Amino acid sequence: MIAALVDELRVTLAERIRTGSTELGLYARDASNIGGSAGAVCFPISTEEVQMCLRAAHRHKVPFVARGAGTGLAGGATPLDDALVVVMTTMNRVLSVDPINRLAWVEPGVLNLDLSRQVAHHGLHFAPDPSSQQSCSIGGNVANNSGGPHCLSDGVTASHILGMEVVLSDGSLVQLGGTEAEPFGLDLRGAFVGSEGMFGIATKICVRLTQNAPAVRTMLMDFASVEDGAQTVSAIIAAGMVPAALEMMDQLCVQAVEAYIHADLPVDAAAVLLVEVAGLPHGVEADVARIIAIGNAHGARSVRIAQDEAERALLWKGRKSAFGAIARIKPNYYLHDTVVPRRMLPQVLRQVYEITERHQLQVLNVFHAGDGNLHPLLVFDKREPGVMERVLAAGEEIVRASVDAGGVLSGEHGIGLEKRDFMPMMFGPADLAAQGAMRRAFDPAGLANPFKVLPSPAACGDVQHVPEGAWV
Amino acid sequence: MTDLAPFADAVGSDGAVTITGLGTRGGPIAGVRCVSAPSGIDSVQPDEMIVCCGAGTPVNEVKAALATHGQRVAIPSTGTIGGALAVGHSDFRRLGDGPIRDVLLQARYVSAAGEVVKAGGPTVKNVSGFDLCRLLVGSRGTLGFLGDVILRTRPIAPHSQWFSAPTTEPYACFARLYRPISVLWDGATVWVLLEGHKTDVADQAATAGVQPCAGPPALPTGSRRVIPPADVARLTGSFVAEVGVGVVHHADAWTPPTPDARAVELERALKNEFDSTGRLNPAV
Repeated sequence: MIAALVDELRVTLAERIRTGSTELGLYARDASNIGGSAGAVCFPISTEEVQMCLRAAHRHKVPFVARGAGTGLAGGATPLDDALVVVMTTMNRVLSVDPINRLAWVEPGVLNLDLSRQVAHHGLHFAPDPSSQQSCSIGGNVANNSGGPHCLSDGVTASHILGMEVVLSDGSLVQLGGTEAEPFGLDLRGAFVGSEGMFGIATKICVRLTQNAPAVRTMLMDFASVEDGAQTVSAIIAAGMVPAALEMMDQLCVQAVEAYIHADLPVDAAAVLLVEVAGLPHGVEADVARIIAIGNAHGARSVRIAQDEAERALLWKGRKSAFGAIARIKPNYYLHDTVVPRRMLPQVLRQVYEITERHQLQVLNVFHAGDGNLHPLLVFDKREPGVMERVLAAGEEIVRASVDAGGVLSGEHGIGLEKRDFMPMMFGPADLAAQGAMRRAFDPAGLANPFKVLPSPAACGDVQHVPEGAWV
Repeated sequence: MTDLAPFADAVGSDGAVTITGLGTRGGPIAGVRCVSAPSGIDSVQPDEMIVCCGAGTPVNEVKAALATHGQRVAIPSTGTIGGALAVGHSDFRRLGDGPIRDVLLQARYVSAAGEVVKAGGPTVKNVSGFDLCRLLVGSRGTLGFLGDVILRTRPIAPHSQWFSAPTTEPYACFARLYRPISVLWDGATVWVLLEGHKTDVADQAATAGVQPCAGPPALPTGSRRVIPPADVARLTGSFVAEVGVGVVHHADAWTPPTPDARAVELERALKNEFDSTGRLNPAV
């Protein structure tokens, strides 16, 4: 099947469809620990070519997987069963910018940070800012409904997508929304965002751009206990403030980061909070004063306010370097992503420490505290016999503890393959059937990124795929 | 959580059925058996910025309960929560608040089969599965009848003030403002709603050249048009337009543009999946 498909597509795509072992190996996985198998890899440069690829795949009954930069952490872009990988990174133009109404049409391969850089001279940016924003694509952001530290005040990707041009799995083209705010009919674009490549491939995306804040204050507070830090987070929100970002790092994480970037971070603190307030100057200063008072009332040992842009950048570098810094501790890591109600943060963090200690694993916590979005980072050396089993077992317990605390499976990484079989922790059979119905309406043939998100039998297929490295 | 079993029993699994709240958005379909969703606030959780309530709860009841905690919810102040979500129209604060579809975090609804189905989850950040909540908002009760919901709330700003100025060029004013809550324009006058710290609000108004005023203008009710925001400058007739959004309240009737044919097919496919016999709010 795949050979005939490749022969057909090669007529038009020539060098832009590849079946060499290097390409097939490269595109057999995303940034998760889960490997799959690619049958062919193609690089379309236009909507018409994407249509041609999907029409042919449909005719040959070959599944396909859309892929952006491949930074996903849940196996969402990992191809299974020798699927056709459709790489969207060559469709990377910003098509138009309307700085007055603050929106832009872009191709899906545009990198997240590149878009913000290209509209910076208008005083605008694209608000979702995943930690991978230097390398992740807008198309991938749409597929995963990506978040980031600044989504606390500005919302996740779904709040910043106005419309899309989408190629469905039969190769047909459909407009979902546009620049209009609330078009008549069902909100198909809202349904498409976060569909993890299982509803079709977006080839043009209309994004909302956000005004840069005139005033920004960034501060670091440190605490003698994780509980004090977590209670400060809840108290800030309950006091009626929504900071631009509210991030927490625990002691092991601070120590790793400090050894890496030398930012004079308090390495003896149990937890530090990075708080950013943005907006108009008087409101920002008033909020900063109230936040410091709340921190002090909850036992903050010190408050460091960035004095200039360089110091602000350094504090953020500390937060965003966590994943590089851990290489000093162990060579491998497994990053988790769950959300809990803010008031449950102290309890669930205690459970995370207890679980990892029981499994003899080291854990660093660096996370979006304002959203209750935990990111326990398990560090290990996979050459140690039996360590992967302990990592996976601890991970499952962390997910279960989060859901039991009234939380959800994933805040921004998505379900993909990684958490597919955990979906029943949150959803009953009727709930999963409704999600399966959405999928069938968009892709009756079941060829778009099959076997992700929905556990069988809600998925369109009866084969239970469990690739190596997936959690089971 | 609300007990949805009696509501599910009332919806049943057979025969045409319609739903009504307070009847402010057109009411139930005539001649069809009618049900109502449960009413009542289950919990207000200010430190989680959420409120949980029955879909039949009046919007103003929810707003009053939230106000005692200094919070609000971005839903138009008429009728019930369920009705507002089912119709899916944001109000004139959409520019600053974002669309109503961003407010619904979790819904439990009764399906065409009479089953209680959960969509979404209780936290603001959540990408666990497909976004069924966004599909439900604006679906006019054709995919399922909302039973209870968890909504995202926001703090009430310390200061809120309307301003206005005569102008035929609303974009000059719009460009000078930082994240205004609302900018309305009728072809001759611009009205601006600013919120935040009192001094910031005054400074912004001075920068934009607008003067304090009593409030927004009355919105014409002939049609609620949704147009590309760039087309607002070309409007004619008697209207009040939401600048930067493209929602236009016009005195004259309007026929919306024909939607993309393939999108209409997708809508039919979704309806067929969720309610193959067309029993929920038939002919809507």
